Amino acid sequence: MNTIRWADFKSNTSKLRGAMWDVMRAALLGLTLAGMLGGCATPNAGNAANSYDERDPVEGVNRAVFAFNQGLDTVLIRPMAVGYEFVLPTPIRTGVGNFFDNIGDVFVGVNNLLQGKVADAASDLGRVAINSTLGIFGLFDIASEAGLEKHEEDFGQTFGRWGVGDGPYLVVPVFGPRTTRDTLGLVLDMKVDPVGQVDHVPTRNTLTALRLVNTRATLLPADKVIEEAALDKYSYMRDAYLQRRRNLIYDGSPPRDADMR
Amino acid sequence: MKTMKIIIALLFGLTLALGVFGVVRAQELTPDGLVKNVTREVLEIVRKDKEIQSGNSGKMMELIEAKVLPHFNFTHMTELAVARDWRQADVAQRKTLIDEFRLLLVRTYSKSLTEYKDQEIEVKPLVSKAGETDVQVRTEIKQPGGRRIKMEYWLEKVEGGWKVYDIVVEGISLVTNYRGSFSSEVRNGGIDGLIKSLQAKNKTGAAATAAATKK
Repeated sequence: MNTIRWADFKSNTSKLRGAMWDVMRAALLGLTLAGMLGGCATPNAGNAANSYDERDPVEGVNRAVFAFNQGLDTVLIRPMAVGYEFVLPTPIRTGVGNFFDNIGDVFVGVNNLLQGKVADAASDLGRVAINSTLGIFGLFDIASEAGLEKHEEDFGQTFGRWGVGDGPYLVVPVFGPRTTRDTLGLVLDMKVDPVGQVDHVPTRNTLTALRLVNTRATLLPADKVIEEAALDKYSYMRDAYLQRRRNLIYDGSPPRDADMR
Repeated sequence: MKTMKIIIALLFGLTLALGVFGVVRAQELTPDGLVKNVTREVLEIVRKDKEIQSGNSGKMMELIEAKVLPHFNFTHMTELAVARDWRQADVAQRKTLIDEFRLLLVRTYSKSLTEYKDQEIEVKPLVSKAGETDVQVRTEIKQPGGRRIKMEYWLEKVEGGWKVYDIVVEGISLVTNYRGSFSSEVRNGGIDGLIKSLQAKNKTGAAATAAATKK
């Protein structure tokens, strides 16, 4: 029989959430420290396999976390995404994606401002204004059609722009690939995340889960292709992440290395 | 979330690389003209062909072999992916590496093309100076209901026209993305070790493709 009262449930989930946050924060901090320490130690530290890549000094730990994340995806996140995609038609899923993108655009604008890109910041805030009104709470991305391009910025990029180096590569539990700098950026990103500011706990949890599952669903067709492409999934994903971040920090036009020609 | 964006980007690269280069008289075309023509042509074929739509990637590979591969410089691609270890490979090893890497890329591309076929591609006008032999063609992929994806093709002028030697999707080079895993293979087992794992990868992939085709 269901003896749990709603109030109990609420306060329990709230406590649970608080505890989860603490664990998450501790894990992030621990990983960041591990990354920094690892960076000073010999390149091979803590790994019997093959950590020779100078950008990835804690490869052993990273591979373990990567395996954990993959497992989590297999048993939980991917099945949810499959069900979600099966149940909801494309226009609705697009609306969900747009809604979260619109919320995110506020801090894309703030980050552009912090990087001194005033025109971009104005465009981002214009996007939020247009999409929140004409786009009906962000469900439709009218701004893109009107020519206001969607940007992608976060605190990790802002730090990068300010000259903070990547630091060692880390695989963060649940969140996946990051550099040390981007891990610190992630902590800030989460702090200011509008979804995280919602006071009503069940709503907040629902939104968080919905955002995750929606994003994962857009990637379902990619699964097989990655399997096909990668000799070693771990290093394939790592190298892709590092290339992508470099590209983002330079806003799409990074200097091309001489040996890339 | 970042990881996921990366996966999307990668995927589309794989898909598009495919869609873009078909049979055209390459010498007579500008790089962006080449990208544009062939994009249209291959996408048309993919959309019409029922066998491909139902996920027959064996059929897809034939199409790629005929229309796409002539416009790629696989030697250059393999050099870029193997990077500094290329120097320690002898002539025979180099040839094997090129063949195996080519096979890996082609199968991956065919796979992704069968997964995605509804996107539109906009080829931006080429920005380059006269006489340049190394250029970048920028394209944008519009997915129905999704975000636009930026994709660049790097082409070089060689005998026989323009050839693609790199594809960069949302900042991720599909060629140099193999550098990390290739160099650790070489470190662990030498050039032959790398060849062996490429061959093993291609063998399991070929088996999977054959199984899918039978269905």
